[in-house]
This record gives sequence, C-alpha cells and structure tokens, in this order.
Amino acid sequence: MSFDDIAAILQEQFGSTIQVKTASPAVVVSADVLVNVCQFLRDDERLFFDLLACITAIDNGPQVNTMEVIYNFTSIPFEHDLMLHVTVARNQPGMPLPAVPTISHIWRTADWHEREAYDLVGISFTNHPDLRRILMPADWDGHPLRKDYQEPQRYHGIKTK
Amino acid sequence: MTPSSPANKSGDHGIVLLRSEELLNWSRESSLWPLTFGLACCAIEMMGSMASSYDLERFGIFPRPSPRQSDIMIISGTVTYKMADRIRRLYEQMAEPRYVISMGSCSNCGGPYWQHGYHVVKGVDKIIPVDVYVPGCPPRPEALIDGFLKLQEKIRQEKPLTGTALTGENPERL
Ligand code: SF4
Repeated sequence: MSFDDIAAILQEQFGSTIQVKTASPAVVVSADVLVNVCQFLRDDERLFFDLLACITAIDNGPQVNTMEVIYNFTSIPFEHDLMLHVTVARNQPGMPLPAVPTISHIWRTADWHEREAYDLVGISFTNHPDLRRILMPADWDGHPLRKDYQEPQRYHGIKTK
Repeated sequence: MTPSSPANKSGDHGIVLLRSEELLNWSRESSLWPLTFGLACCAIEMMGSMASSYDLERFGIFPRPSPRQSDIMIISGTVTYKMADRIRRLYEQMAEPRYVISMGSCSNCGGPYWQHGYHVVKGVDKIIPVDVYVPGCPPRPEALIDGFLKLQEKIRQEKPLTGTALTGENPERL
C-alpha cells in the first residue's frame, strides 16, 4: 500500500486531525489523538502495522521552541511503512517536561524507546509503566541531547573536562 | 645452579643465588593475572591477544574471574560515568600489589568522545592510577603485549622489601 493510500485511510477515519507532510512522506498528528491513531494503525485490517520499528525524539532548540517525537511503523505481512510525527512545545527551564502519551501498551517495543527519549531528550511519556532513565546513571542531571544542555563540572567526584 | 643428572630429579643439589627482591619481582612479573572484563571495542583486541594466535598465556598472563585473584586490570575500552563507579570498586577489591593497563584512546583520554561524549570519563586515570598506557583505537594485540612487557620492565625496577612500590600517580579526587 502506498503512502497516499495509508494517509487517505487515516483521513477518512480521523478527519482533519491528520495532516500530511509530503517532503519526506509522513503524517502529523497532535499528542491528544496519538493513542487513538496508533491503536487504529495496529488494529485496522487493511493497515496492520504490527511492528514499531523506531521512536526518535528531536529537540529543535530554544529558538524554534518545539520538540518532536517521530514514530516509524512497519507492517510485516503487507510490507508497507509509515512515519508519524508528533510536535510538542518545548518546556522552559525548571518547568515540567513536554508530555506525549505512551503507546507502550500497543507495542511493547515502545517501553524502552520511550525511556531512551525521556533519558536523552527529556520528553515525559504520560501513563508509561516505568519511566526511568535507561542509559545515563539514575542520578544524572538533565537530558544530554537537548540543544541547550550544559555538562556538569563533576560527576561523583570525577572531573568531566 | 648446579646441574643435576636427569636420573636424579630430586632437586637436592639445585641452588639459585639471587636477591629476594629479584625473586619477588620475577615471580610477580611472570604471573600477571588480569581481571576478566572488557568495556568496548578494545576488548575484542584484548580477547584476540588472549586467544591462540597471540597467546598471552605464554607470558603467564591469563584472566581470572574475581578481583580478589587478580593482579592487573586492563581497562580495555570506553569508560562511561555509569561504569566509573564499578571500575573504582573493582579496583579497590583487588589485593595489592595491583597494576592497571589503560588500553586504547578511550581509556587513555576519552578517545573519539573527547569533545562531545557527555557520557565518557576523559581518561581512566581520573578515577584510578594507571601504570602503562597503550595507544591505539583499538591497539593491535602486539601493542597490548608490548604494554605488558613495559609493565614487566617496571615491575623489575620495584623494591618490594626496601622501598615503596612504583605504582601510578593517584588521581585527583574530590
Ligand atoms: S579506543 Fe577506539 S577501539 Fe578502543 S574502545 Fe575506544 S573507540 Fe573502541
């Protein structure tokens, strides 16, 4: 199934909440409909995206002031793929992290991918069963892949420079 | 040494004359038992050095599974901050005399993660004293073997009974 067919099915189901990016084909949805769209992508008999291949989080920096979470889905039997973007506002320093609902109850893969996005970029996945750091030490400060990340001077007495 | 005939293998007449410090150094340098652990890509070369083609065992070097039985720690790869606490603890669990070979650029100075590696300790000598640095990314087995030979040279100059041990500098601590 081509990208246009998949986008048409989604627009028929969800209407204008689905936007389409054609440059590198992707559908854009807002965080509040993400779970419904994902459930549909997995359960619809024509689409059947049974594999969540990857979750990528991007910090667009303080100027743009947004963050993105990008999901890549694959349907193994139908051999088609889909990229899905969610954009959220960046948080000011000291404010709560930007929130995106978890999809780990739909694809178990999302559990660790979301922990990684939380750990390195600082996105809070609401209703995640176990949102802890996965790569950095548990007592690390900050999210290292943010554009304005400042390295600490020392960690456990070790100079970092 | 008095040669004894092959028929008389009791060793009764065998005499070796040497200073006790030389004997101690000789036995230490001839049975350097490293702690079994590897940290990153360099560990592959370390394993290669221990396998049959390079055969570190011919120098009396063979890995031990416990820090209590080990004389030497090969830091073979990238030292992350998360691993740093564990390395320090393993080092502290080793009995003295203990030696450290820092293998590869990562462990020497942070290597490819020198500038942007938010997760990498910029040299294992920031957490434990290092005796020999082996350059390379990764060093070939020959280079690691050379590191061991350098360490043996260093051990030969030690004065375990009359002087202080020549271990590496203590790193700066908080
Ligand atoms: S020095 Fe090079 S080969 Fe060794 S652990 Fe670092 S990146 Fe890997």
